Amino acid sequence: MHHALHIKNGIVIDPKNGVKAEKMDIFVKDGKIVEESEVKGEDVKVIDASNKLVVAGGVDMHAHIAGSKINTGRTMRPEEMRVVRNIANKFRAAVGRVLLTSPAIGYEYAKMGYTSSFEAAQPPIGAMHSHEELDAIPMIDKAALPVFGNWHFVFKYVEAKDIEKLKTFIAWALERTKGFGVKVVNPGGVEAWMYGGNVTSLDDQVPGFNVTPREIITSLIKAVEELKLNHSVHIHCNRLGVPGNYETTIETIKLAGGFSNDARQVLHVTHVQFNAYAGDSWRTVSSGAEEIAKTVNSMDNVTIDMGQPIFGHATAMTGDAPFQFTLHKLTGARWSNKDSEVEGGAGIVPLVYLPKNPVHALQWAIGLELGLLIDSDKVVLTTDYPNGGPFTEYPYVMAMLMSKKMREGELEKVSPFVQKATNLPAIDTEKTLEEIIHMTRSLPARILGLPQKGHLGVGADADIAIYDLNPLEIDTSNDFEKVYKTFKTAEYTIKSGRILAKNGELVDEYWGKTYWVDATGRVDMEAIKPDIEDYFKYYSVELQNYGVEEGWLKKPERIVI
Amino acid sequence: MAEENIICTFCGSVCDDGLFDTEKFKSKRLCKLGSSKFSKKERIKAPMIDGKEVSYEEAIEKAAEILVNAKKPLLYGWASTVNEAIRLGVILTEKVRGVYDQCASVCHAPGTLAVIEEGLPGGSLGAIKNRADVVVFWGSNPMEAHPRHGMRYSISAKGLLIKDRKQRKVIVVDVRPTKTAKVADEFIQIKPGYDYLIISALRAIISGNADAVPDEVGGVSKEKLVELAETMKNAKYGAILYGLGVTQSRGRDRNIENAVKLIQLLNRHTRWIIWPMRGHYNVVGAGEVPTWEVGYQYAIDFSRGYPRFSPAEFSAVEVLKRKDCDAALVIASDPAAHFPKAAVKHLKNIPVIQIDPFPNMTTLVANVVIPSAVAGLEAEGTAYRMDGIPLRVKKVVETNYWSDEQILEKLLEKVEELKR
Repeated sequence: MHHALHIKNGIVIDPKNGVKAEKMDIFVKDGKIVEESEVKGEDVKVIDASNKLVVAGGVDMHAHIAGSKINTGRTMRPEEMRVVRNIANKFRAAVGRVLLTSPAIGYEYAKMGYTSSFEAAQPPIGAMHSHEELDAIPMIDKAALPVFGNWHFVFKYVEAKDIEKLKTFIAWALERTKGFGVKVVNPGGVEAWMYGGNVTSLDDQVPGFNVTPREIITSLIKAVEELKLNHSVHIHCNRLGVPGNYETTIETIKLAGGFSNDARQVLHVTHVQFNAYAGDSWRTVSSGAEEIAKTVNSMDNVTIDMGQPIFGHATAMTGDAPFQFTLHKLTGARWSNKDSEVEGGAGIVPLVYLPKNPVHALQWAIGLELGLLIDSDKVVLTTDYPNGGPFTEYPYVMAMLMSKKMREGELEKVSPFVQKATNLPAIDTEKTLEEIIHMTRSLPARILGLPQKGHLGVGADADIAIYDLNPLEIDTSNDFEKVYKTFKTAEYTIKSGRILAKNGELVDEYWGKTYWVDATGRVDMEAIKPDIEDYFKYYSVELQNYGVEEGWLKKPERIVI
Repeated sequence: MAEENIICTFCGSVCDDGLFDTEKFKSKRLCKLGSSKFSKKERIKAPMIDGKEVSYEEAIEKAAEILVNAKKPLLYGWASTVNEAIRLGVILTEKVRGVYDQCASVCHAPGTLAVIEEGLPGGSLGAIKNRADVVVFWGSNPMEAHPRHGMRYSISAKGLLIKDRKQRKVIVVDVRPTKTAKVADEFIQIKPGYDYLIISALRAIISGNADAVPDEVGGVSKEKLVELAETMKNAKYGAILYGLGVTQSRGRDRNIENAVKLIQLLNRHTRWIIWPMRGHYNVVGAGEVPTWEVGYQYAIDFSRGYPRFSPAEFSAVEVLKRKDCDAALVIASDPAAHFPKAAVKHLKNIPVIQIDPFPNMTTLVANVVIPSAVAGLEAEGTAYRMDGIPLRVKKVVETNYWSDEQILEKLLEKVEELKR
C-alpha cells in the first residue's frame, strides 16, 4: 500500500478554501491532505486527474443507516432485499433496493464518492444496537445523533427551568450513548402519543409535564450553545406531514432568533420538505416552501436540509411515532411502532412516491423549491434516507438543482397539480457546480462542526472524490444527463488516503471512525446523579447497565469539548 | 465478599439486576431457571474429534475442513450466544455458501412472517411497566417460562402511571389454566386452534359488527367476548404479549397477523401494543444481526453467493428433511433433542460440528465438539432482550474455555486460509 498519493492536474472545487474550478495538485500522506514537500521521498502513487473534477468526499449529515428502525424496516420488507448488488467475493455480499444491508450502505456510498454519513436518530436505550450497525458499515466515517425531544429527563429540567442540569444531562447522555449531538423529534408530540395523541402547536402542553414544545426547543438550544457542542440542535419539527404545518416550521425556525454562534448555525431544521405544506387539508394543500425560504434566508443562524423525495420506493421511519400511525391510517400499509421506556418512540411504514399522485408530486416539487430558493450556504442536499428515498439518487437532485431544462422535462411527467400548488415551474434558478459541491461537502461538514471534513485544505482528512467531469467545460444547464451519470459513480473514491472504489468497482475495504462528543468535562456530573438514580426506577434496566462503553466500539473517535 | 452484578443469560427477560458471589459460585435474585444456569453444571471437558480429546486449534482446523469441503453446510442455533459471535457466524455462512438458520424457525418465526404482512406495533418492556393498565397474555405463560417477567415488567411491576398491582388488569387467554392464569385477574379458556376466530370476533365487535358474531366462538361466549372487547377499548394503554400457544397452533403466522390487525384497530380508539414473549436470551439477536448483515432474520441460503430467504425451503428442519445439506455446525442449541425424527436422522448421517458450553443430545451425534465459555458468566458480549433492548452481558469468572466469539473468529480465519 502506498503511504502517499499525488492527485495530479485535477480541476479542484473546494468551496471552503475558495478554490473555484482551478487546476491544481493534491497531496496525501497518512490519511491527511498535506503540502507537496511532505511527500518528497515517499513511495507516492500518482493519479492522473487531468480534466477531471476533484472534490472532497461527500458528507451525508442526515440518513437513517443504523439501528432498530432500519433493521425493523428490513425485517418487515424482505421484498426490499431482492436486489443483489454484490455477490460475496473479496467483498461481502450486498443486497437491497432502497433499504440496504450494512455492507451495502458502505459500498454504495463509496461508489458514489461519499465518505461520511450520520445516523440521524439514535434511540438512547438502543444506542448499542445503533453502534453495532454502524460498526458493520464499511468504507465511511460515521456518528449517531441520540434523540432528546421526548425524554422525561429533558421535560423535567425544562419544566424546572434548570439549564445547568439540562446541560449536564446532555453531556451525560452523549457520553452514555456515544452520541454526536442533540437530535429532537416532534418535541412533546411523541409523549402525547403514549396517550394516543399528538401536539398541534408549539404551545400545547405535553401530557404529564408542565412544558411546551416551544420551551423544550429553546431550552435545548440554550443548553447546546452553552456547552459549545460541535453540532447545533438538529430538529425534526412538530406537525410533520400535516397540511398547514409550514407555519409551525417558520415559528420553530424563529426560535433560533435569540442565539448566535460564530462557527455555525444554532439550529438545524431537518428534512424540511415534510414540514413545508400550506393549506388546511390534503385537498387544499399547497407549497409553503417560499415562505420558509424567506425566513431561512433572512436569518444567519439557521440551516436546513431538503428531505427530497425520489419517485419510487421508500420506507418512512422516524422517531415521530404519532406521524407514522397517521401515515399507516392514510395508506393502509404495514406499520411498526416502538414506544421506548421514558425516552420517546418510533414508527416505520413502507411507502412509494408516484409521480402521478398529486400529493407525492407536490412533495417532490417542494423539496426542489427549498433547494432552489434557499441560499446555498444554508441548505444541504438530503433525501432523509430512506424516508424520501435512496441516497444513491443524490446525483438526480444535484442535476435537477443545476438545470432548469431537466426540471422542465421532469415536470411534464408528474401530476399537473404541482403547476398550481407550487412555484417550481416558475423558478429559473440554476445552482452552480460550486454551490452543489458546497451543499454536499463543505456545508454539511460546517453544520456538523467537523473542521477536518468536506474540504481539501492542508490538514483535512484525505477523503476525496474524483469525477470524470471537467468543470471548466461542462454545461450543467444542458448536459444534465452527463452530470447525473457522472455523480452516480466516482472515478476514484479515496477515504483517509486509501483508494476504496474506482469507476464503480470496489477495490479496498476500510473501516471508518465513529465520532462521539464528550462534553462531560464542562459540567458537574454529580449534580444530576440523584435525579438520574431516582428516575431510573421508570426504566426496565439498571442504571449501571445503561449505555455504551468506548471499548465496545470498533473505531471510536472521541471529540473532547 | 465478591458479589458482582450479572445479566442473566437464560430467557428472553434478560434480567440485569442479578448478583453473583464469585467465591461461593452462587447467584442471587435470579429465578430458578436463571440460577440453575449460573451454578456449577456438567460441562464438555475439552474439544473432541470423534470422541478423542484434542486441542482447540486441532478441533477448529478439523471444523474448518468440514465446512470448506461441504457443498452446502447448515449453520444452525445462535439463540444462546452473543451478537459478536452471531455476526461472525453470518459472515462464516456467507463465506462457505451455506445455510444460516436460528432457533426462531421452530419457535417464534411465524411472528416474523406476521411482521412482514402487517408490521409490529410494539413497545419496550419499560413502556409496559410504566403505562399498561391492561395486559393480555395470549398463549404465553411467563410464570413458568419467564418467571421474573411479571414482577419486573408486566404483572406486578410498578411504574410511572401504574403505581399498584390493582391499577393493572391482567388477562390470560389460553387453552388450559396455567400458572400465569392463577395470578391473573381474568382467565379466558379457549378451544385449541381457535385463536384466529376469537381474534376475528374481537375485531368484529370493536369495529361495530357484533351482529356478525355467533353466540359462541372457540369455547368463549359472545357475552364474554363483548366484555373483553370493551375492556380492550377502555384501556388507556394495553399490551398483548403472545407466546408459542399462538405461533405454533393452527393458523400460526395468520394468528399473529390477525392479532396485529386487532392492534391496528384498537389504536384508532386508544393505545395498544403487541409483542412476542421470546424464549432464549438472545434469540432476538440471532435474527437482528443477520438482518443488518444480509437482510433477513432466518432461513437464509447463501449457495449462490448472495442471501436468499425462504422459510419453507431454507429453515433447518426443511433443509435436513430434504437432505439438502452435507455438513452442519450447531451452536448454542440442541436440534438432536428438539427436531423431528426425519431431520435428526439426516443430522446423524453428515459430519456435525458442535459449539456449546454444555453437553446435550447433539453432542452425541457431533464429530467435532468444541466447548465454549458461558456467555454472561465467563464471557461478555451484546444480547438483545425480548423487546430488542441491547444489554452487554458480563464476564465475572475466569475460564480456560474459549468464548464463542474467539472460536468463531479462529474458525473464520481458518476457513479463509483454506479457501485461498
